[in-house]
Amino acid sequence: ILIYIPIFVFVLLRKLIKEEGENDFQEELVIRPLHSGDIYASFQFRTLWETDFMRENKVSHYRLFPKSLGQVISKFSVRELHISFTQGYWRTMQWGQPFLPSPPGAELWVWFQDSVTDVDAAWKELTNVLSGIFCASLNFIDSTNTVQPSASFKPLGIVNETDHRFLRYATLPREIVCTENLTPWKKLLPCGSKAGLAVLLKSEKLFHSSFFSQTVHIRPVCQDRECKTTSWELRQTLNVVFDLHTSGQGKREWSLFKMFSRTLTEACPLASSSKIYIDVTDNPQEEYFELSPATPLLSQAVVLGDRRTFSVYDLTQQVTFGTVRSLNLLIRWKSTEGYIHYQPSKDRMRPHLLEMLVQLPPHSVTEVTVQFERALLKWTEYTPDPNHGFYVGSSVISALVPSSVAMDTNITQEQPLFSSFFPCKEESSYFVRVYTEPLLVNLPTPDFSMPYNVICLTCTVVAVGYGSLYNLLTRSFQIEEPNPRLAKKIANFIRRIRGVPLLS
Amino acid sequence: MAAPLTLLLVVAVTIRAALYRSSLAEVIAERVEVVSPITAWKRVIEGLALLDLGVSPYSGDVFHETPLVIYLFHFLVDYAEITFMLADVISAIALYLAVKEYNKQVVRKKQKFALEADRYPQDCLELIRSPKEMLYIPLKVAMFYLLNPFTILSCVAKSTCGLNNAPQIITPHCFKISFAVFLCLATYQSIYPLTLCAPAMLYLMQRQYIPVNYRRASFWWFVVQYLFMYLGSLFVLICLSFFLLGSWDYLPSVYGFILSVPDLTPNIGLFWYFFAEMFEHFRLFFLCVFQINVFFYTVPLSIKLKDHPVFLMFMQLAVISIFKSYPTVGDIALYMALLPVWSHLHRFLRNIFLVSCVLLACSVLFPVLWHLWIYAGSANSNFYYAITLLFNVAQILLVSDYFYAFLRREHHLIHGLYLKKKDGSEATLVLK
Repeated sequence: ILIYIPIFVFVLLRKLIKEEGENDFQEELVIRPLHSGDIYASFQFRTLWETDFMRENKVSHYRLFPKSLGQVISKFSVRELHISFTQGYWRTMQWGQPFLPSPPGAELWVWFQDSVTDVDAAWKELTNVLSGIFCASLNFIDSTNTVQPSASFKPLGIVNETDHRFLRYATLPREIVCTENLTPWKKLLPCGSKAGLAVLLKSEKLFHSSFFSQTVHIRPVCQDRECKTTSWELRQTLNVVFDLHTSGQGKREWSLFKMFSRTLTEACPLASSSKIYIDVTDNPQEEYFELSPATPLLSQAVVLGDRRTFSVYDLTQQVTFGTVRSLNLLIRWKSTEGYIHYQPSKDRMRPHLLEMLVQLPPHSVTEVTVQFERALLKWTEYTPDPNHGFYVGSSVISALVPSSVAMDTNITQEQPLFSSFFPCKEESSYFVRVYTEPLLVNLPTPDFSMPYNVICLTCTVVAVGYGSLYNLLTRSFQIEEPNPRLAKKIANFIRRIRGVPLLS
Repeated sequence: MAAPLTLLLVVAVTIRAALYRSSLAEVIAERVEVVSPITAWKRVIEGLALLDLGVSPYSGDVFHETPLVIYLFHFLVDYAEITFMLADVISAIALYLAVKEYNKQVVRKKQKFALEADRYPQDCLELIRSPKEMLYIPLKVAMFYLLNPFTILSCVAKSTCGLNNAPQIITPHCFKISFAVFLCLATYQSIYPLTLCAPAMLYLMQRQYIPVNYRRASFWWFVVQYLFMYLGSLFVLICLSFFLLGSWDYLPSVYGFILSVPDLTPNIGLFWYFFAEMFEHFRLFFLCVFQINVFFYTVPLSIKLKDHPVFLMFMQLAVISIFKSYPTVGDIALYMALLPVWSHLHRFLRNIFLVSCVLLACSVLFPVLWHLWIYAGSANSNFYYAITLLFNVAQILLVSDYFYAFLRREHHLIHGLYLKKKDGSEATLVLK
């Protein structure tokens, strides 16, 4: 009987907790490699809570839903709240469309319940309270930057009626996002930043990105088709784009560790689902990049009107972490340069050869530059007109260009000569070869009239060196005895003959 | 003495770091006076890129560094600037310590001299230096090396000349035979330091009090030991290079290149224009003549200067720098750094004013005439060639002047300073 008592108490407690409503927490991370070599990571954390904030007796027991936000909803009778903090501008041309767009700076738009009498006063108080929660200067939101849009920003959750008197929209483009805003945002998560995907959210790496955006969305949603039960949904999203050169060190190889300087060790225990999705739609046969560790799970989803395929990693399964108990996803691009064949030149023997197999993306410009130095040749190696310059032959581009018209691969058919030179292997593309202009390079020339002079002068310099050193090596110092001049010598000789004293 | 040396090192490193950050670094790295086809940094990068591409760096004609250098920079390419600054600093410290050792030896000799002072004429006492005068010489030598514009330019251009200089400087500092390894390292990179074997051996023999007499067994035994060490390490280095890259390709590319001079890029030496204008028939003959010219002075100089190995080393360094196939200003900076050691010879120097003016003028005219020849097109190669000739003549005059002054001082030490003729009037000294 003693055993039954705790079980009874436990079941009773569970019933009580159940009364508060179902709590459900899901976390997911979507990684999309972009064409330019950058990588887009989007975190979404969703808490669903079947409760009614608008009841008379205030909600007192919070489990997964953050208390601060719950109190905000009940105090200000908020129906929907959408707030975003963004740093950087989303480059649609290079990155495509984001999952959740947001403007630079801070953006806040709120639908109040229709029971609110003074919406402006509630709005003012709400902005102040949110400014305290997120450590942002949202208190600068006042009537000078608040509007009531009438056509856009319709409620995203359950819609009763849309009287735009209850909508307020404000944006602060000057607002800067930093670690101070990220920390309270992370605190709202059930597992905090201690377990699950939130472990990856380290500010040193996140703020070294091209684009960073953190948002909070609260709205009531239907639980089933008939909408008999509603629950409150809290979604926290974080979008970040890492740049190839700033964070990626120029290498087209991304991993969780490189992006976030952390790896995953476990899913959040409070989460009912914890998954990572990698967008592999552009990589059907692993021809552009490879994913490791490999995963058998694949799923398809329609995103922004496009059906995309995702490789899925389920963090609630222990097998995802493998034997090392940690998951570091690696996305490595296979070298898209293809094939490079380079044969450097050997002077007076062979020329340079550079052959590259390049895949050019459409509507793009590719530049190939080669640095060179001009050499001085021997005077006999110049052509008779050296100041004309030396020619460098044309470069050649050979390509298979897609053809808009299906071509005939049948060679036996009667065809005019001008269309049958290059063999046609496939119907959908034709072969084209383009030659560039030749290059004329002016080389510095020696003076062709001076071989003897040069040889003599240089040999003179070497001889000066030789001569000085020879003198110093073979001779020694002696005191100079002056030689008597010739006239004196002859005079002395004559004097000696005469027997007269000699001159000094 | 450590504090001024440290201050000097700090100043030198600051100057180099400041120049690295400025836009002058790329300009200097392109100058032909500072870099040569053997020492250019651009070619090191090219060699590394070829190695990454899987092609042998020696398959082209661009890369002429030894395999050890390419592997050194394979790991250090991101820290290249620090490597070159460190090489300069190490060279300066080695110079400092070497000159200090040499000074101690000079003082010891002077003491020996003073003991036998009655044997020598009285008036040459003023030729002897006191230790106080010699106190600042090591610092001056380090300063001459570090703050010499030639060295700074060479360092900022990341010319591997700095790496070549460092082992050459460490060699005289050694008083153990095992330090023959450093000389071997220097020889391995460019062949010419082979001639420094003789002064290194003589210096070691002097330190170990082995008499330099070819009839004595101890002399030959020492020579054999040293050569064994030297040739052994050279053999080890060459085999190591073979194993690093797996082929003997580097031998013709490095040593064949230095000896046969196929690349005629203008530089401050005598080879380029001479061989650009040489008749094909005589090319090999003159190539041999010019190369022998570098090695040719070793034996006569060693015989004459066998009691003064440090001066012999200076002469050898100078001869190598002037007559090597691809000289750069970094090589000149090396032997010029040793000039303060012989600052006491200034009273016997005859042409120093002329030489310094010519050197200064030529250093300034080099870039001017290069620009006029290559870019402006209003001068031709003869202008640059003329300045090359003048520069080399000035260097030769400088070296032979110092040699003259040294020999003259030795003569005065033995025969007295104020010499008189037979009739009592002041005598002039000539070489006969």
